[in-house]
Amino acid sequence: MNSVVLNSNDISRAITRIAHEILEKNQGAENLVLVGIRTRGVTLSKRLQEKIKAIENVQVDLGMLDITLYRDDLGSGKNPPQLKATEIAFSIEGKDVILCDDVLFTGRTIRAAFDALMDFGRPASIQLAVLIDRGHRELPIRPDYVGKNIPTSKAMRVKVKLKEDDDGEDQVIVIDQTS
Amino acid sequence: MTETMPLSVKHILGTRDMSREDITTILDAADSFKEISTRQIKKVPTLRGRTVINLFFEPSTRTRTSFEIAGKRLSADVINISGSTSSAVKGENLIDSARNLEAMNPDILVIRHASAGAANLLTQFVDCPVINAGDGSHEHPTQALLDLLTIREHMRKESFEGLKVAIIGDIMHSRVVRSNIFAMKTLGMEVTVVGPPTLMPVEISHLGVKVEYDLEKAIRDVDVIMVLRIQLERQNQYNLASLREYSNLFCLTTETLKNARDDVLIIHPGPVNRGIEIALDVMEGEHSLILNQVTNGVAVRMALLYLLLGGGHEDLN
Repeated sequence: MNSVVLNSNDISRAITRIAHEILEKNQGAENLVLVGIRTRGVTLSKRLQEKIKAIENVQVDLGMLDITLYRDDLGSGKNPPQLKATEIAFSIEGKDVILCDDVLFTGRTIRAAFDALMDFGRPASIQLAVLIDRGHRELPIRPDYVGKNIPTSKAMRVKVKLKEDDDGEDQVIVIDQTS
Repeated sequence: MTETMPLSVKHILGTRDMSREDITTILDAADSFKEISTRQIKKVPTLRGRTVINLFFEPSTRTRTSFEIAGKRLSADVINISGSTSSAVKGENLIDSARNLEAMNPDILVIRHASAGAANLLTQFVDCPVINAGDGSHEHPTQALLDLLTIREHMRKESFEGLKVAIIGDIMHSRVVRSNIFAMKTLGMEVTVVGPPTLMPVEISHLGVKVEYDLEKAIRDVDVIMVLRIQLERQNQYNLASLREYSNLFCLTTETLKNARDDVLIIHPGPVNRGIEIALDVMEGEHSLILNQVTNGVAVRMALLYLLLGGGHEDLN
């Protein structure tokens, strides 16, 4: 059974709110950089970049991170996602890095992203922004900014669809594979 | 999310066994790996705790260093063994050496050997993946892959299909040429080989290539010119009358290049005999991608180590 938990208006409002929260917590956008985790985290970070620009009139640097090479399950038999390049064309040294992903689940992706980011320098802080927090953490990781908390069972799948990624219209759906 | 296509081969023995999909998977992965070598900290933890043994029974600067750097940038432990410092000097044969190395549990063996088939022989005695880094005059698949990556980055066409390439020089002794021909034909490219008749194997046209003996004619209208090294160590007195004669007929100079397209790409697998197969100004000129090839060599080898050790292979140890 599939149910839509966020429609395109909900997603847009959540991103607007997160942009405001980021600016409030960091007292402006001066020291911020955005880093999106491929693929949908990059799209979300681009939308946050636009919102921040609209609110504060500051163009925040944006990087893209592929965490495949930092995964902890290489050689476990699963085929990893297709490798894409990491593009961080600026220094993150001393910056407040807003790390963006679509769904926060076990936390293992974020753990890998921390390692990847640290290879690029020593940021002042890393803050985590996610559209959906679905629980079931396997590591002590928590988000700083959340679009929506969705209680799920482990058998469920959460799918974030964004129009820039050729998913059709913006939507978050929960797919219950048990029923 | 799109998954990495697993390779259809467990070992990298030659491009002859590779499908078009294999080649594309490797080149795409290599593309992504290039970025790591441009970082200040040129290292990712992907192959932490894995061991790569480079077994080089023939001299090499580029290939051995390239494999070593590739392994190290992926955090693998890399051990280099060269023929002159190995037990081969004491008379140990290749199979015994390989079995002993295998007993130390490496995850990948990379081998270069003067005898064709050496890498293939090893696969019958060891369990881990084997990469052929050049076996006699047979194949040198990683060189062909890095050549193709370099061509793909600079070619004016969208795909390899129908791309024209002329390969000049010592066709007979070149393992680079064989690996390139197999891969290029798989990708649908048109290949012409050119060189003196004494260095042209009689049955080369069976591989689906055009044979030419006139340099100026061969390079007309091609997209890529690949210049090969004259392999001085593999010549006998009958193949070449003199280097000067060879150079007069087949050296790629600014003058001969006037017969080629304005946007022709020039590649050379190295090491270069300056002024014999290629003139200095051409080698360092605007068409030359020789140093891009070396950069790409590291990325291609990173991609192969990654793909063979779990980043897209189904049956792992």
